[in-house]
Amino acid sequence: MIIDRVEVETINSFSKLELFKEIYGLIWILPIFALLLGITIEVLVIVWLEREISASIQQRIGPEYAGPLGLLQAIADGTKLLLKEDILPSRGDIPLFSIGPSIAVISILLSFLVIPLGYRFVLADLSIGVFLWIAISSIAPIGLLMAGYSSNNKYSFLGGLRAAAQSISYEIPLTFCVLAISLLSNSLSTVDIVEAQSKYGFFGWNLWRQPIGFLVFLISSLAECERLPFDLPEAEEELVAGYQTEYSGIKYGLFYLVSYLNLLVSSLFVTVLYLGGWNFSIPYISFFGFFQMNKIIGILEMVIGIFITLTKAYLFLFISITIRWTLPRMRMDQLLNLGWKFLLPISLGNLLLTTSFQLVSL
Amino acid sequence: MFLLHEYDIFWTFLIIASLIPILVFWISGLLAPVSEGPEKLSSYESGIEPMGGAWLQFRIRYYMFALVFVVFDVETVFLYPWAMSFDVLGVSVFIEAFIFVLILVVGLVYAWRKGALEWS
Repeated sequence: MIIDRVEVETINSFSKLELFKEIYGLIWILPIFALLLGITIEVLVIVWLEREISASIQQRIGPEYAGPLGLLQAIADGTKLLLKEDILPSRGDIPLFSIGPSIAVISILLSFLVIPLGYRFVLADLSIGVFLWIAISSIAPIGLLMAGYSSNNKYSFLGGLRAAAQSISYEIPLTFCVLAISLLSNSLSTVDIVEAQSKYGFFGWNLWRQPIGFLVFLISSLAECERLPFDLPEAEEELVAGYQTEYSGIKYGLFYLVSYLNLLVSSLFVTVLYLGGWNFSIPYISFFGFFQMNKIIGILEMVIGIFITLTKAYLFLFISITIRWTLPRMRMDQLLNLGWKFLLPISLGNLLLTTSFQLVSL
Repeated sequence: MFLLHEYDIFWTFLIIASLIPILVFWISGLLAPVSEGPEKLSSYESGIEPMGGAWLQFRIRYYMFALVFVVFDVETVFLYPWAMSFDVLGVSVFIEAFIFVLILVVGLVYAWRKGALEWS
């Protein structure tokens, strides 16, 4: 009898352990879905913001019928695109035609893996964080090139080529700026980079230590987003819609999503690399030093951290949206000259200057 | 590939992220109407009949920029490990890295003078 009971108990505990393992496995995946949900909501907000801001710049009313203040306009647009016919060009390369937007979306989504939104609130604090972002973000142009090539349309083809040329031209200044930042904080992990800026609040931001790098990073990340001063790949007056010309339905929707996700990633990275991420950023005042650390305070601190990160990021979103609706488009030769003959030497000089200063302080 | 446990979440995220386009295409395939026609499926060329294909020779400038890009991209990949152990390596390695960058700057100046960075 006793042996039986022990056996039953061991079996019970074993099954409980299995159950726990399964639940643990599910919990492990849960943050990914939470992040994806958050990203979706943020994209909806950005689309709404862009429409409202562009409307007020052009003295129009903007979206107002879908939901209060037109808040549901982006959802309505997305649903419409989902219900539209997916037209595959008869002379195009159909597999590549579908793979192109998929690659672009996947590579942009993967960048969110290393972005810290709050204190230790990051999906994976990898030791090569920023480097992973740089590596992954250079996969997206392949998707755009595929889209342009597979459409078998002259406009699309030119648009795809231009997209690739533009993003490789601005990749290098961007990489040099990130290199200078990681040299200053002596780490590639995004969490460490933010922590390194937390010492003197507002004055500890990398923005003050790297003003040239900040400007170069801002310009090149705007160019990587292919937004208006740099939107040559989809210049409406020359190329109809660039690499998106043949796309319709949800595949076009994916490209739309990619452009806004790209914008979000860039502004989040500006926040993380130059503006002290989730830190409250007023020197010598800390909210939570007086309280004992317990769970509620911890959660509150995390929420505030996320709020601060998003506020800083939305400031940059506002700036780039305003720039889009204010400045005219550059020419192709001006674009490449700016990238190769101005930003590249400047960012290289900035890097050498930073290393020299580091050397002196060693 | 799967040996580093730190990257487990990366692979999970990759799989979930690649499911998104598949799922979206599937839903759209179920919901979207289909009405094909030869005119509709022909490629867009401002409303006239498309003349010839688009898979043809294109400007050689794109190749030139791609080549210069590869040179500088590989350079930055080499500089990253140096920047990470900058504290340890000290002055002598800084001078070596400086010479390395200088050689590439000479390459850039050469490409510039040769006109590889000119668009027209």
